[in-house]
Amino acid sequence: MGRYVIRRLLQMIPVFFGATLLIFLMVNVMGDPIAGLCGDKQCDPATAAQLEKEFGLDKPVWQQYLTYMGNVFTGDFGTAFNGQKVTELMAAAFPVTIRLTIVAILFEIVIGISLGVVTGLRRGRPVDTSVLLLTLVVISVPTFVTGLLLQLLLGVEWGIIKPAVSTEATFSELIVPGLVLASVSLAYVTRLTRTSIAENRRADYVRTAIAKGLPRRRVIVRHLLRNSLIPVVTFIGTDIGALMGGAIVTERIFNIHGVGYQLYQGIVRQNTQTVVGFVTVLVLVFLAANLIVDLLYAVLDPRIRYA
Amino acid sequence: MRGATHAKWAVCAVAVALAATACGGGSNSGGGGNGSGIVRSSWGDPQNPLEPANTNEVQGGKVMDMLFRGLKRYNSKTGAAEDMLADKIETTDSINFKITVKDGWTFSNGEKVTAQSFVDAWNYGADLRNNQKNAYFFGQIDGYDKVHPDSGTPSATNLSGLKVTGPLTFSVKLNQKFSLWPDTLGYAAFAPLPKAFFDNHSAWVSKPVGNGPYTIENYTKGSQMSLRKWDAYPGTDKAQNGGVDLKVYTDNNTAYTDLTAGNLDLVDDVPASQLKNVKADLSGRYINTPAGIIQTLAFPFYDPAWNKADSDKVRKGLSMAINRKQITETIFQKTRTPASDWTSPVLGKDGGFQDGLCGDSCDYNPTEAKKLVQEGGGIPGGQVRIGYNADTGSHKEWVDAVCNSINNALGNDKACVGLPTGTFADFRNKITQKKMTGPFRAGWQMDYPLIQNFLQPLYYTNASSNDGKWSNKQFDKLVDQANAESDRAKAVKIFQQAEGVVRDNMAAIPLWYQNGSAGYSDKVSNVALNPFSVPVYNEIKVS
Repeated sequence: MGRYVIRRLLQMIPVFFGATLLIFLMVNVMGDPIAGLCGDKQCDPATAAQLEKEFGLDKPVWQQYLTYMGNVFTGDFGTAFNGQKVTELMAAAFPVTIRLTIVAILFEIVIGISLGVVTGLRRGRPVDTSVLLLTLVVISVPTFVTGLLLQLLLGVEWGIIKPAVSTEATFSELIVPGLVLASVSLAYVTRLTRTSIAENRRADYVRTAIAKGLPRRRVIVRHLLRNSLIPVVTFIGTDIGALMGGAIVTERIFNIHGVGYQLYQGIVRQNTQTVVGFVTVLVLVFLAANLIVDLLYAVLDPRIRYA
Repeated sequence: MRGATHAKWAVCAVAVALAATACGGGSNSGGGGNGSGIVRSSWGDPQNPLEPANTNEVQGGKVMDMLFRGLKRYNSKTGAAEDMLADKIETTDSINFKITVKDGWTFSNGEKVTAQSFVDAWNYGADLRNNQKNAYFFGQIDGYDKVHPDSGTPSATNLSGLKVTGPLTFSVKLNQKFSLWPDTLGYAAFAPLPKAFFDNHSAWVSKPVGNGPYTIENYTKGSQMSLRKWDAYPGTDKAQNGGVDLKVYTDNNTAYTDLTAGNLDLVDDVPASQLKNVKADLSGRYINTPAGIIQTLAFPFYDPAWNKADSDKVRKGLSMAINRKQITETIFQKTRTPASDWTSPVLGKDGGFQDGLCGDSCDYNPTEAKKLVQEGGGIPGGQVRIGYNADTGSHKEWVDAVCNSINNALGNDKACVGLPTGTFADFRNKITQKKMTGPFRAGWQMDYPLIQNFLQPLYYTNASSNDGKWSNKQFDKLVDQANAESDRAKAVKIFQQAEGVVRDNMAAIPLWYQNGSAGYSDKVSNVALNPFSVPVYNEIKVS
């Protein structure tokens, strides 16, 4: 097990460098960011040159990348154009997004898995059909439609929630945005669980468990569900990264100042430092989530062993 | 099945219950429009650090306008520059100015505002080493080329044209005659700065201290700034509300939704998609007033194909082929006004705005347009390609409409197409590197409400924003003459003559004047936008 973890950690190194290099190059391809800083006017050349020097933009790209990476390892993610340290931006943005992600993941786990179990056990019955239909609708409607619709109905028409989340972005305020963010994945989790449960229900070990006279609840939770969760766990694990980085739309609709907001702002203002910094951290989150998922397999299914 | 139905209902119930707690938990931000009288306003994250000489866009401008008062201030209705901290500004030769600062002004930390506060601030703003984006405002002061050379390192730290002559007096020497110079002093870049700014710069930037009617109570970068009324403010334009909460919105649609839901009092950027509904949604609490912004089409005069002897006829023809009225009404929902000169209505008649100066050349006249373009030798290359940036400001819509209008007028489906550039920065790069091959979008937001600012930076030979590189000796001569003229009315007249030269050559096609728009809640009144489209916060009343 230990050796396996070390091997996986070593594999992360090239992935990490490759991903950051790609992002760095992509942001640089967009052109000179200084030119956009002065509105419709031309920046006065002396100030522009001075700014380029300060942000290191006058050097070749490979040199910029090396300096940047060197700084990252000492914990310095650079400075955004508005004079704020990128680490400061991260400290403000990540807690908010992590809260949002936790809410979303909870929705996925609680609602998604329970709906999946219910439908999986009652395959072909009206409940199953209606939930399947419902998930189909959720999957086919884009997030921004669900988001804007819920915001208009709950926020403006009925006045149950505030349309925009406050600066503190507490858990209770993030419930509706979290639901919107989770909606599509939630439908997938339901469908995955349902199929998996329906399939394993006819497996020998379930029949054995029932024949042994175990109570129904114990059969479903300990035997059937535990073995059916492997594909679901994979999905949720990879979804953590996707939710954190992909919340741009939801964060914009509900005015949440999280990672999506900072990334969007960084891209619009061509702020290399912000974009690369945030993406680097997101890459790390992705890698860590993947590793944890793989390790969870062994917990769920004792037949799987890592050497 | 019954169990499942139960489960479904349970899920619904949980969702509703959760939503209900959400509304319970969210009621913590400020007292709103009642009692305490706080204005809750939408905001965007300022692009630059909040320093007066480094703030060149509206979002930072809002804070500067609440936090600082300079020597002059522009009247929010007429745009005229009126004395604020200036007791008197005297000159005999339009080069040397003697400035006396009013007594009794202090910063909100108690420090007195003196002549030194101004001189220090201006020296800081002009110095290349401080990376101030508005440094060019000080370009007219003697010694600017020493502290802000075009290349290399500065050889001085102070502008030699600035001299403190007493606790409340200082003198300014310009490097050329500029009679209207005192009128430029209302811009935020010329604000005084307290000693704290220089002593502990990073602390000051994280919580700026100024001499305006508000003080900053707290500032969470990137999300919110709470400004409160400064009770000891010595000026006459005291805040008429308890304070202003500026809240950052990523998307102006969300801000608008929050306004309609009653969680926000003022949105100063109504999203284009909502313009149709705004009157019904807000029952008339919507303002749409001219701002000092004009949109034009500039031409690449460095391209010989566009700079032939008869090219002015082609440019005039194109101008007459554009149906400005229809485009401003249908695409912009009247948030733009068809332009008929090269300045802006915010200048007012006395300031040099002249409705109809453009004359026939700006009226839609398809038959004349076709004739003129033919007389001028046709469109270079057979097709006009209007350059614009595709990432911000939804320029595609109007460029397509302008092209349609030109195509219809000239009776040729391929006479005009849009030529988008991916990002704004890249678009600016192409312009500065003289890579444009046809007319391109040019917007001008004034620095100060003076006719000089709409002409000299844009059309004077090699001026900083002369993107088309147009050059005309007669125009340059008239501008020099106007700047040297000490009588204000006469100077404006000469500037208008210079504008006539721009018209006769059609150096750029004026399209429309841009308006500032804002919607507000029923809790606030007396809302107005100043000529820079910044809300006049200190005059807003909260009921």
